[in-house]
Amino acid sequence: MSSPEPILEARGLVKKYGQVVALNGADFELYPAEILAIIGDNGAGKSTLIKALSGALQPDEGEIKLGGEEVNFRSPRDARRAGIETVYQDLAVAPALDIASNVFLGRETRRRGPLGAVLRLLDKRGMRREAARHFQDLGIAIQSIGEAVENLSGGQRQGVAVARAAAWARRLVIMDEPTAALGVKETGQVLDLIKRVRERGLPVILISHDMPHVFELADRIHIMRLGRRVAVVTPRTHTMPEAVAIMTGASPTLLDKALTKEDSAE
Amino acid sequence: MRPTATLQLVRRVITAPTVGPFIALVLTMVFFSLKTDRFFQAQNFSLVLQQVMIVGVLAIGQTLVILTAGIDLSVGTVMALGQVIMTKLAVANGVPALWALLLGILTCVAFGVLHGGLVTGVRLPPFIVTLGTLNIAFALTHIISDDLTFTGLPKLEVFWGRTFTISGTDFTYGVVLMLVLYALFWYGLNQTAWGRHVYAVGDNREAARLTGINTNRVLLSVYTLAGLTYGIAAWLLVGRTEVGDPNAGQTTENLDSITAVVLGGTSLFGGRGTIIGTLIGALIVGVFRNGLTLIGVQVIYQYLVTGILVILAVSIDQFAHRRRA
Repeated sequence: MSSPEPILEARGLVKKYGQVVALNGADFELYPAEILAIIGDNGAGKSTLIKALSGALQPDEGEIKLGGEEVNFRSPRDARRAGIETVYQDLAVAPALDIASNVFLGRETRRRGPLGAVLRLLDKRGMRREAARHFQDLGIAIQSIGEAVENLSGGQRQGVAVARAAAWARRLVIMDEPTAALGVKETGQVLDLIKRVRERGLPVILISHDMPHVFELADRIHIMRLGRRVAVVTPRTHTMPEAVAIMTGASPTLLDKALTKEDSAE
Repeated sequence: MRPTATLQLVRRVITAPTVGPFIALVLTMVFFSLKTDRFFQAQNFSLVLQQVMIVGVLAIGQTLVILTAGIDLSVGTVMALGQVIMTKLAVANGVPALWALLLGILTCVAFGVLHGGLVTGVRLPPFIVTLGTLNIAFALTHIISDDLTFTGLPKLEVFWGRTFTISGTDFTYGVVLMLVLYALFWYGLNQTAWGRHVYAVGDNREAARLTGINTNRVLLSVYTLAGLTYGIAAWLLVGRTEVGDPNAGQTTENLDSITAVVLGGTSLFGGRGTIIGTLIGALIVGVFRNGLTLIGVQVIYQYLVTGILVILAVSIDQFAHRRRA
């Protein structure tokens, strides 16, 4: 289980909004090829932590290291450039555009030579071929890569978002409640997809409220409480009620168990 | 061909966004051909094209704006202002023709930049912004022209009204320019990343922003290019009328450009539509006005009919939108 170097690491992150302390010295590690779930009550600092890691906000204190080197993301664009992709819960796709266009949105490739350089002609065929390859790699069945995204089901749409993230992420993928907007069957499809992203060697940070999903998918579970990481547990060492008890602060003794078990696991 | 491939081809043709508008155009033409002998004649078609050219070019800019889920109510008045400036400068102020022309077009571009700046910078709704500039441009047109008309225009400014003949039928160069503009904007919208971004911004602005598209820059480019098309339309208008008239282009052009876009199948909700559809929509508007005139319908009733037409087209759009949602 233990890996030498974390891909992404944070130490002592602090973020204050006036009197409110959203992050109060939070630590974080993500290791290669793992699914790390982040759980926590509302207001525990999950989304602030994720925003700090994805460049959506800048922490007041603390440091973030990507691949061992300190980084300072000023915007999501910086994080993306560094190889971190984010999938949002609210299906951030352009429904009227086709699948390939969505995968390449904002990163379109042009034809080679003067057609691309001077006339800025898009390499539509190349983009479709590439997009189709990504879908095949992830085992997503799609009838036509030229189909408009609005003709797909909710699960397939989120599949497009995940495929886009997996296609462009060089280091890791952050998934912020990726199944929150989906039905039961579609959720299952997206969960399978998240596993396949991990199988391809990309580590995934998964933010979810859904404990059964967290316990089904995650290699490790990072528990936030009152702006800090209070424990890291695994589905093998802890039960769902135990994790929830730690999350809500109901059981300090379980917290001790979590820390010792985690220590012995490593 | 395999049966599924054939089926797919048939499906693609039937669901192509320009098919509906095209059928509407054909039906309109059939209707007027049955009503009057004077309609289906080459010379009349040439006239329709000349009438369509102004609205057709304005509708290009309007299409860009509507694709981003905006609307421009000021198109006709901004064009009128550009037209008055280019003609007054040349005739009354003795400015060289090229400079007068460029300053007129630049005025329209400046209005586009203003629209884009207010929509992106101050985050005002396009409807309010362009309702404001509709009045501003209207007032400026009358203040600057002093309600005078300008005649005796330089050759450069009336160039697009000149004609050439193909097998006995006259065509203006302006019609050719309109078609060239449609081709250029078709290319931009369909074959470049910029075009994808225009659609994406109108379709789901937040998603576009999250993928790293600079949505404000896209919007600014759209409004600026729209301003440019109004400036070119002003030049075409001067070429067609050979006079700088403060009362020209202010009444029907605003609504007609929107009607053309909507009849052409572009959604007022943004993100969906085609530039070729707009050309067909502009032709429908032109054929309607021409046909109604030929069968002797008074001008005031033409307003009535086009008003109903645009509400009908928007209703269809609304219906389709609800079905998608």
